[in-house]
Amino acid sequence: MKHPFERVVQQHGATVLRVCRAVLGVQDADDAWSETFLAALRAYPSLPDDANVEAWLVTIAHRKAIDVIRARERAPLPVAELPSTGAAPAKDPDLWALVATLPDRQRQAVAYHFFAGLPHSEVAAIIGCTPDAARRASSDGVAALRAKWLPE
Amino acid sequence: MTTIFEGAPPALQPDHPEEAAALSRLHARLETDAAASELLDVAYRTVDTPIGALLLAATPEGLVRLAFEREDFDTVLEALAARVSPRLLASPARLDAAARQVDEYFAGTRRTFDVPLDWRLTKGFRRTVLEHLAGIGYGVTESYTQVAAATGSPRAVRAVGTACATNPLPIVVPCHRVLRSDGSLGGYLGGLDAKRVLLGLEAA
Repeated sequence: MKHPFERVVQQHGATVLRVCRAVLGVQDADDAWSETFLAALRAYPSLPDDANVEAWLVTIAHRKAIDVIRARERAPLPVAELPSTGAAPAKDPDLWALVATLPDRQRQAVAYHFFAGLPHSEVAAIIGCTPDAARRASSDGVAALRAKWLPE
Repeated sequence: MTTIFEGAPPALQPDHPEEAAALSRLHARLETDAAASELLDVAYRTVDTPIGALLLAATPEGLVRLAFEREDFDTVLEALAARVSPRLLASPARLDAAARQVDEYFAGTRRTFDVPLDWRLTKGFRRTVLEHLAGIGYGVTESYTQVAAATGSPRAVRAVGTACATNPLPIVVPCHRVLRSDGSLGGYLGGLDAKRVLLGLEAA
């Protein structure tokens, strides 16, 4: 039996937003989030009852993020700087801008493993690499973030 | 996730205000997108009334469920997901008219509801009974026995009681206007206090 979709949004909306922000930056994250949840709503009735909903959502978000990145590459916008959290309070260190400095695979691995809490094996399946590579990418990514977050 | 750094970055703390604002904006956008894509099978909202919060739920066809707080809204929503569709979102827009009319009813300025109804949660004899109830006017009451007779099944008094007790659209389909033959209240899904308030409101 399926729970109301509203419950899915309440339970996983924040995680999916963080994943989208980590992979795409704050600016493009809204579009990816919206397309992820609309696609999820469409497919929801046929999702197996025992499915891992968070992993399912992150997989959809990953594909939507790739779509956004491809669209961005086809029509590059004149963005001089990394996307920044324009709406965020000034005291909030710009985590998303830091994450944006990581290479693609590290960014994805950090997003899916640390922000969404998926095991390396699932991260590997989503990104399309070996579990070892996923583990290395997320630990390298986090090490780089820590170094930038906590400079001496 | 808070173990990435010494001291979680504010952006990763639960209920971060900027994130909460973004999620509320994104929820509104999802409601609009879902309705435009015909994926919003059930929309719901709550309204506050003198008898407590009421849950209103509608399909694209019309109001499908009105529930009392004592029914437990989570349970009601789970049942709607199972019986109508799990594509169900909190989305007040579709219920603007119904919510306004409920407000007006409790303010005493409205005597009949004028919103499309989706009757899919009731069928057979129960539906026949409820359709009869829809014709009982404001401030008027009938007995369970009278309703049974009016629906052509004079011996089905108990079944009339069951139809009232399982009315998916109370207040709008006025099962509160059905009493025992001796004038006592009988039962009510929203509680006897609520039934008294509704009858008192209509008697005023």
